[in-house]
Amino acid sequence: MSQSIFLYGLIAILTGLSWFKDRQKTKKALMKAKNILVKLAPELLAILLFVGLSLSILTPETISSLIGERSGVIGVFIASFIGTFAMLPSFVVFPLADTLVSNGAGLVQVSAFIATLVSVGFASLPMERRIFGKEFTYMRNLSAMLMAFIFSFIIWVVLPWL
Amino acid sequence: MAIIKRYRALIILSIILLGLSLISPERGTQALSLTSASLIDMFSLLPPILVLVGLIDQWVDKQVLIKFMGDDSKFLGVIIALLLGGLAAGPLYIAFPIAITLLKKGANIRYVVFFLGVWTTAKLPIVLFEVAAFGWKYTLIHVSVGLIFFYLVGVFFEKRFDPNTLLKEDITSNE
Repeated sequence: MSQSIFLYGLIAILTGLSWFKDRQKTKKALMKAKNILVKLAPELLAILLFVGLSLSILTPETISSLIGERSGVIGVFIASFIGTFAMLPSFVVFPLADTLVSNGAGLVQVSAFIATLVSVGFASLPMERRIFGKEFTYMRNLSAMLMAFIFSFIIWVVLPWL
Repeated sequence: MAIIKRYRALIILSIILLGLSLISPERGTQALSLTSASLIDMFSLLPPILVLVGLIDQWVDKQVLIKFMGDDSKFLGVIIALLLGGLAAGPLYIAFPIAITLLKKGANIRYVVFFLGVWTTAKLPIVLFEVAAFGWKYTLIHVSVGLIFFYLVGVFFEKRFDPNTLLKEDITSNE
């Protein structure tokens, strides 16, 4: 909430300064902002619906039962699958991950879940495609998924030594 | 037909929501209230970010941005991407309009992709949550693996993509 007030305040000041210096440019800037919002509205609404659906279906208990400590590599795949489809506000991610581990989920699997959750977005694919095009979008998401596998593998191998 | 295609995702999701509500009215209403809660989340960050994108578009001189994040910016490009992504807030989709604007202003794809990577793995406010949940060793591994990996992805994307094809669609126009 305070984050939002700060951001709105900052942008209001910047817009004010811009208006003071050049009204024409400021009008154009605001029109552009409005155009992006209108243009991406269907994609944004899809993201919102997706968040609502995924949160109501995937409760912490459900996730923990799917990616238990002994679920191994298959658990890592299931975790990345869930992370790809789920979409959560970022400040919820780690408190949730903590809850998952205390509910019996494995840390390695939870790592794959976290990494895909924040960087691979099934829900935002339509929006990303609209902005960057098909190829860029799919390759960025695939590489983010690869990062999730590498990261959870490193946690698996390295963390016990530290 | 084009209209149906545009609203495809929205239509499919609405059908799923309808189905869920029929199977379990309780879950259905819960999904709906979670959706409206996230609408509020979205509106707490997205509008000012879009205005910022508009202001950048109008005020930031292309030559200046090229100096900071262009082909020859070298280490400066990395630092700027780290600052932009690290001090950010919110989900990744908010970063997309920023990223495309940077690209339009002449930033090198490498730094733009790296910026998206920083946004996902090294956002300062979130890193603090991470340390609290899993400790600093875990966090250090996560952040360093993420930064190295996404920098390399950036290098690869720079070779793979032509900026002009990525900029084909202008999301700030009203057509």
